[in-house]
Amino acid sequence: MSPQELQVQKKREQDGKEEGTIPVRTFLPPADIYEDRDSLKVLLEMPGVEKGNVNVHVEDGVLFVESRLDLAKYRGLQPLYTEYNIGNYSRSFRLSNAIDQDKIAAELKDGVLSLTLQKAEKAKPRTIQIS
Amino acid sequence: MITAFVEPFEALFNLQRALEARLASDWLQDQTTSQGPFPPINVFQQGSDLLAIIELPGIDKSSLQVEAKENTIRIAGKKAVAYPDGVSVHRRERVAGEFDRTISLPVDLKPDGIKAEYRDGILALYLPRSERDKPRTITIS
Repeated sequence: MSPQELQVQKKREQDGKEEGTIPVRTFLPPADIYEDRDSLKVLLEMPGVEKGNVNVHVEDGVLFVESRLDLAKYRGLQPLYTEYNIGNYSRSFRLSNAIDQDKIAAELKDGVLSLTLQKAEKAKPRTIQIS
Repeated sequence: MITAFVEPFEALFNLQRALEARLASDWLQDQTTSQGPFPPINVFQQGSDLLAIIELPGIDKSSLQVEAKENTIRIAGKKAVAYPDGVSVHRRERVAGEFDRTISLPVDLKPDGIKAEYRDGILALYLPRSERDKPRTITIS
């Protein structure tokens, strides 16, 4: 595959949500979703996020991924020249019944969060005894 | 205005506002380099030294090269997004490819003192200013 020119992606800001009490921006992390035989993999790019600042949970069939900005790193720094803004990350996906919602694995490496969603076992046909 | 409630968030609000304000900064205006190429860089001042923060999630550290001269920095590497064979892609929003960007700064740096750190998808470059370039106080006799 020939190397293509990397384009700068402008961060997408979350819209249509309720406002926060703190005036911090929330961005949508870019997501790659692909499916293999047993699971669905979701990869989210959230640079600068450490394990302790990210929260993944499932509620009512919706998968939520939220991360908080760590302001401590920016203490005492004066911006001189900026090309991107920083903020929290948040994204949610509606899961279908085909996903086993109790078996979700998450891994965070180099700012990329990989979620592995196991597919639910197909309901096995049960024979019904006739008494 | 009730300042008691605003205080704890003021630092964050000011930071975000300052970042926005400098998006249209003309700091690099008379250099050959400017914004546009990947990756996007934020440059901060820490005391008299500079700190460049670059967002590079999912980079193979072994392919990352950082070179520095007196006032230019070159960052090159490869951002790979690899899928195993036999998968079906539902959504593809991440970008992948090679990048090679040079940024020239309007200050002179000390090339030996430059330190680079890559952690959690963030490349941080500590850029100390050269002794020649630091402002010197002049006593008034």
